[in-house]
Amino acid sequence: MIVADSKPFHEIEQMLSEFKKVYIVGCGSCVTICHTGGEKQVAELAAKIRLTAKLKGKSIEVIEDSILRQCEWEFIEEVKNVVEDCDAVLSLACGIGVQYMAERFPNVRVFPGVNTTFMGGPTEQGVFWERCAGCGNCIIGTTGGLCPVSRCAKSLLNGPCGGSQNGKCEVSQETPCVWNQIYDQLDTQQLLSTMENIVPPKDWRTGAENHPRKMVLEHLVMKK
Amino acid sequence: MKSGSNLEKILCSGKFAVTAELGPPRGAERSIIEKKAEMLKGYGDAFNITDCQTAVVRMSSIAAGRIVIDAGVEPIIQMTCRDRNRIAIQSDLLGAAALGAKNVLCLTGDHQKFGDHPMAKGVFDIDSIQLIQIVKALRDEKQFQCGQELKAEEPRFFIGAAENPFADPFKYRAVRLAKKIRAGADFIQTQIIYNVKKFKEWMKMVTDMGLHEKAYILAGVAPLKSKGMAKHMKNNVPGMDVPDEVMDRMTAAAEAKKGKEEGIKICLEVIEQVREIKGVAGVHIMAVEWEEAVPEIVKQAGLHPRPSTEN
Repeated sequence: MIVADSKPFHEIEQMLSEFKKVYIVGCGSCVTICHTGGEKQVAELAAKIRLTAKLKGKSIEVIEDSILRQCEWEFIEEVKNVVEDCDAVLSLACGIGVQYMAERFPNVRVFPGVNTTFMGGPTEQGVFWERCAGCGNCIIGTTGGLCPVSRCAKSLLNGPCGGSQNGKCEVSQETPCVWNQIYDQLDTQQLLSTMENIVPPKDWRTGAENHPRKMVLEHLVMKK
Repeated sequence: MKSGSNLEKILCSGKFAVTAELGPPRGAERSIIEKKAEMLKGYGDAFNITDCQTAVVRMSSIAAGRIVIDAGVEPIIQMTCRDRNRIAIQSDLLGAAALGAKNVLCLTGDHQKFGDHPMAKGVFDIDSIQLIQIVKALRDEKQFQCGQELKAEEPRFFIGAAENPFADPFKYRAVRLAKKIRAGADFIQTQIIYNVKKFKEWMKMVTDMGLHEKAYILAGVAPLKSKGMAKHMKNNVPGMDVPDEVMDRMTAAAEAKKGKEEGIKICLEVIEQVREIKGVAGVHIMAVEWEEAVPEIVKQAGLHPRPSTEN
């Protein structure tokens, strides 16, 4: 899933300061699961915006809503009338959803209500970790199902650096050394000898170095 | 001879090598490097010029390396993968060779988080093992990383790498060293050794695998300056193993206001002990911001004068 973090409230307040009627819209997918952009967070944020405005003697109308997926045109289309009746949209979707909204409604100012952070998932209640860097050329079949590109601070491909100690990364004592985890996993699977192989420099062309990336499924493309 | 460097000649002739570290300044003063080079001249076979060590901005290791050459001292250019991609790295290798550098130490590099610009974007296009491969391919295959042929004069480096015997997983450390040597490392400089017992265990694995016959292994040592430095090394420097015994000695010395003397004494003891370990081809002295200590250590360790390699 795509993980996003709430934006600081003062930043949101500043973004919306000049608007009278604001549509706050959550997204029912990833950001709902990570508790930052779902219906509940929309309600909380709307209440806070109203209260803050009241305390400062300002008037603002806030409309709350949430749609299933902001990254699909058909779901966005459903809210067309209400959006076009507002001065601004505060989208609590990931950066993709915010851009879809902005692209669909060019005459309305659209603002991001969250900071999109990474592709990952929860490992325990309330804790999320990055799991994928979207490098476009997945190698985790050779690394025990653990991704060194996204989970090693230096994206090393040839084993742990000299800073790996007691299973932790040198960058933070909170961060497990993924190469230590890979080592243990390959040991369990009796594949430790594969860690003797030298992995050549990675071809990053399939990754973020080559953005914007595009995928075309020929069999689905409508012929004009 | 792969590079014809002084260090290569010393090691190939079977003599016990001495290398030490020379840190470039955090400014543009040529004279600081010249002074350091003057002080260290004759007390080592080659000197590591650090590459923005601990991710702190300092003068370029290649530029400082050339100044050192002008002062009559042989540099080992440290090169990390943190600040440049494979294009910049190969470009810098060509430049360093053209400026007369003959040794290069291939490192992944400390994470930018530890430095003075923690907000910087770390590059890490390649890792240290891949860097070793690149330096070797340029030298031996006359080939760039992309596979294209290097049609002009190739850079000829004596290739160094680092290894930390004290990092985890411990059992993998010798295997990782083997990878570095297979990738093309000619010599290895280890992380600073305070725990000689553990270093011995690691060297046993290394010699059992015959790695000491494929590359020269230089044991890393560093004089502790004070109790505070020992504490910092133990608690803050990633992958550093400072045993309690060393801490206790530095604490006692601090009380007697003899921290520096004790630090040098411990360093000399470590040198003496590692010299006896099978497979150790030399020592690498890392007196960080304390280069003045090097001549004394080398002399007291009986490693001075350094053998001449000039015919």
